[in-house]
Amino acid sequence: MERQQVLYLWASGSSLDSGTVGWAFHDGTEGAGPQLPDGSPPYPTGVDALTDGWMLLQSSQLIAPVQGDEHVNAYLDFEFVFERRFSIDTRPPERV
Amino acid sequence: MANDMDDMPTVDHRLTTRQMADFVVNGFIRFDALVPPDVNERGIEEMRHLEAERFAPEGLKPPHTGTPLADCYPAPSAIGEYLRLPQIQGIIESFVGTGPTFDHDWTHHIQPHATYMQPLHVDAIIDSRDPNFDVQLFWYPHDVEPGEGGTRFVPGSHLRHVRSSGLDRYQHINGEQQFVGPAGTVVVFHHGLWHAGQPNPGAGDRWMHKVRLNPTQPQVRLWNTVDLDDLQNPPSDHFFARMMPDSVAQAFRTWHPWMSITDYRNEQVQRAKLWRYLTDDDTYDVDHYLTRLESRAELVR
Repeated sequence: MERQQVLYLWASGSSLDSGTVGWAFHDGTEGAGPQLPDGSPPYPTGVDALTDGWMLLQSSQLIAPVQGDEHVNAYLDFEFVFERRFSIDTRPPERV
Repeated sequence: MANDMDDMPTVDHRLTTRQMADFVVNGFIRFDALVPPDVNERGIEEMRHLEAERFAPEGLKPPHTGTPLADCYPAPSAIGEYLRLPQIQGIIESFVGTGPTFDHDWTHHIQPHATYMQPLHVDAIIDSRDPNFDVQLFWYPHDVEPGEGGTRFVPGSHLRHVRSSGLDRYQHINGEQQFVGPAGTVVVFHHGLWHAGQPNPGAGDRWMHKVRLNPTQPQVRLWNTVDLDDLQNPPSDHFFARMMPDSVAQAFRTWHPWMSITDYRNEQVQRAKLWRYLTDDDTYDVDHYLTRLESRAELVR
């Protein structure tokens, strides 16, 4: 069965090679697939995630601020979502 | 004959301007081992009762929302004893004045080896745009060692306008902290600070008491302002021009490691706006951002 791992990276700028400022990892393989490299953050930029085998699924749109809200911060603006997939053997072990 | 006490100098426990500026920048300020050990010990016992009896037909109850803080937790109460410490009174007065009201409290009890990780959140709902703010006092009555999963929080996140559930996805943010500190430590949060309870990998119960307070007066110059004139920079203070070497503006130039350059500049604007309110000085600025916008029409006339 194919299972998905999802990685969110939030960057300090709109480019995929901007520095990572936050991250989240969701593991559909329940630990059977490879884990994130050690480090905080695990990838200095989104490009480093690409070179480690992650595929970019989505990047955040650039949205002009609403008039009157130009100087109000809210969520982290620059979100990149990656995935990678692994075939996992989900068959029950054979009886000996 | 005069009492000897009359000759003793009165200790002012209110915060300094530098501490207030740091609070505006970070959204929190901590006071290590401030509460005495015996109050901490009795505090844990009282928290245990409050947790068990809060919703029970009989037993220990929290104050009613809206009660003046001075009327909350009457003696004998370790929680009341801690909140009436002169140092704590000075801290509270600096933020919300002498007559705040009780919003709510909660005993945060995490069982040994508990694995639940609370998502990052802000309390309550999105607040209004006026600069008034509540404070939340977090009292840790026992030691929290590194690796024991103390409260997670994100310095500098308090002035953002976000919905609580929108923060769930942020598992890790550069520069976030987890509380570590000795028994009796009190951390004061701006109500907007992003935070989350963490798992307790240790073998002991972990306790923390949180109380939220609402101001009942303008939060203007409530701290000890004797040093304000020395630290208050002029509106012309500008990183790309001339700066006072030691000033509120210097504190407001703190760049938290999770912020983009746009975030950082916007934060400076928000910090300056809050400082205008706190100091009742509507000309205050850092790095010319507000002044530039406000004076443009006059300049081109």
